[in-house]
Amino acid sequence: MEEGAELSVVVSQVVQRLRGTHLHSHLEREAKECLHRPEIRIECLKEDVRNFLKKTGWERKLQNAVYRELHVLPQPSHAAAPPEHTKEPLAYMRKAQACWEKRILKSLNSMSTELGVPLARKRPVREQKELLQKWSEMGTNEPDLSHFRPVYAPKDFLEVLTSLRNPNLDSSDEASCRSHLGLIQVSLNVKDIPEMREFFCELSLEKGQLGIDDHTSFPPDLFESDHICLGKKVLSEQDSAAAQQYSRQGCPTGLRAHLWALILNCSNDPEDVMHYEQLKAGVINHDLLVDNLIYKDVKLTASNDDYYFVFEDYLYQVLLCFSRDTAVLEHFNYSSATPPTCHTKGQSGAEDGTSVYPPNGVVPFHGFSMYVAPLCFLYKEPSQLYSVFREMYVRYFFRLHSISSSPSGIVSLCLQFEKLLQVYLPQLFYHLRETGAQPLRIAFKWMVRAFSGYLATDQLLLLWDRILGYDSMEILAVLAAAVFAFRAENLMEVTSLAAAEAVLADLSTLKVMPLLQIFLFATVI
Amino acid sequence: MTDNAVPCTVKSPVPLQIGDAKTDTSRPGVYVIDVTFPHGQAVKIREISFKNYYTAFLMVRLQKKDPGSPGGCARWVTCLKNHPLMSSPHTEEGSQDYFSIYRHQMLVDPDDVTSVRLILRQPSSAWLNFTLEDIRIHQCASDDSERDMPAWFSQLTPVDQVPDLQGLPNPQTVASSIQQMWALTEVMQTNQTAAPIGRFDVDGCYDVNLLSYT
Repeated sequence: MEEGAELSVVVSQVVQRLRGTHLHSHLEREAKECLHRPEIRIECLKEDVRNFLKKTGWERKLQNAVYRELHVLPQPSHAAAPPEHTKEPLAYMRKAQACWEKRILKSLNSMSTELGVPLARKRPVREQKELLQKWSEMGTNEPDLSHFRPVYAPKDFLEVLTSLRNPNLDSSDEASCRSHLGLIQVSLNVKDIPEMREFFCELSLEKGQLGIDDHTSFPPDLFESDHICLGKKVLSEQDSAAAQQYSRQGCPTGLRAHLWALILNCSNDPEDVMHYEQLKAGVINHDLLVDNLIYKDVKLTASNDDYYFVFEDYLYQVLLCFSRDTAVLEHFNYSSATPPTCHTKGQSGAEDGTSVYPPNGVVPFHGFSMYVAPLCFLYKEPSQLYSVFREMYVRYFFRLHSISSSPSGIVSLCLQFEKLLQVYLPQLFYHLRETGAQPLRIAFKWMVRAFSGYLATDQLLLLWDRILGYDSMEILAVLAAAVFAFRAENLMEVTSLAAAEAVLADLSTLKVMPLLQIFLFATVI
Repeated sequence: MTDNAVPCTVKSPVPLQIGDAKTDTSRPGVYVIDVTFPHGQAVKIREISFKNYYTAFLMVRLQKKDPGSPGGCARWVTCLKNHPLMSSPHTEEGSQDYFSIYRHQMLVDPDDVTSVRLILRQPSSAWLNFTLEDIRIHQCASDDSERDMPAWFSQLTPVDQVPDLQGLPNPQTVASSIQQMWALTEVMQTNQTAAPIGRFDVDGCYDVNLLSYT
């Protein structure tokens, strides 16, 4: 399509999506009320109203909303392309994702029948009252979760990814220069090192970084105080795009919560609080099997973590509401995944329909609660914590547990990690492969969780600053390779997978930004 | 757009390689697909659309009927040279995407075309097969003068002449008020919001016992 036609399609899509939102009604109300003001003249009504909205900051809010929509809008597709092509263009990946989803469904169904627990039921009134009373201390519940197992763990997902094959790929036995020595056997387009240096140019050696140049040994005038001033200015302008660019060099701890909320365009307006309360009512009214999986996951992962166990109650409050949020279903338009469906009967028995289970279409797996845990350090209000987490999930985290060819998808990240290691550290890669310790087997769990639970919290938040700043998760693959490069000497001496895992078991002392900077800009191949 | 798709015969791809196609172990890197129109008609092409399957580069040649020369002999011209469909021949990007080639991208105006030849190239030996699927040729919309006019068109009074109203209201005022009403209905229609309500239960009921495998 010509550029003009493409642009008008995008504009009309964005307008369609913003129509009927709270922002739309606010803008209409502001425009109506400003008519009473003396500076609005009848002759040039349109111009004056527009200027008024610009002065009072409403135009900036609209700009931020449009910017947010552009992030999640799928690429304009060809007229002949069916919707599943927009979700995922490669046919064999769609098939693999469908098979994987079917396995998850079977697992859920069999869990429900074996344990005799319905997938969803309405809570009796007494139980509803109890839950409402204990809402802010659900961690004190001790339900019997011994029979519940997580639906899948990251290593099960890794097995699916390693068996991914393109039927059109020539995989004859003779080794050629294109053989894949790693676990991932698909030929996706991943960035090589020169392209990475260009993409992550703000991380280069001559630019200041939070995480490096804010160390106590450096005087703050060199970089830190200027950067904090700039951050305050960005916040006062309330500009999403500027905040995203700013975040590439790190967010100061005191400003991070506001900056992330600005980048993700998440506000804590009364409407958002009301939406959260509506979800809470959904949790009180209905009991889902998925809730038990969430309980189990939190108890197994976050509650055992030194940094996050204090937030156990918050995690329940966020994740249980997340499962009831039908707004999350929108992300399936641009995700390769499809939500599970079920048949529901209306109360009168007459209506029979197809619904989605769970209401948000996302089945949690072992470690899912770790996506929320680091955010608890930033936000105290459950409704704001919830909206930031939801936005981060529908923009980034969903790609970490679905099979797709997207550059930020987990398949691309795995391939990128393996390629970086092969180019930078060929001896190490070969040695680990020969001893049966394929590097991806160790790095996969780091990338699936976006390093949550493996790094120290302040380092993790610096890493997530860059995910937001670059709107891409490729930095996870770079960090994984950088960690291997850092511990290369010890790894060259291991002789088994268990020994390699032991060398890389504890990442909590690592400093993320120096590792990334050295790996990208200071290593000679 | 699909209304203008011209019925055409797409021949099966012919490999171009040195040596015998059956006994040679290496795979061809070039295929040629010929597209002809029935009854030898000459088409004014607006767009060629297709679905890619691992083709890296595309070249398009057209056989145009030469109106000037007597006997109307046709000649072949190249209208698209080495158009990349995949950003890298070795990787998957663009390998299964839908594409369209428009008139303005072509080197020569695709008028009076009797045959289209698509030359596919895939230099990478990574892939077992490559081709183009679902090839369609769309022609330009024909001029209005070629369509038959309904008979009552010619019985309309011209604009300058004052119509004989005989007690009927002025057509101009009727037309403008109808336009206003239409504008109002459009505003009503477009004001409908697609924002969902957000409830997941049906009638307050959400009892689920089995997930469906479809």
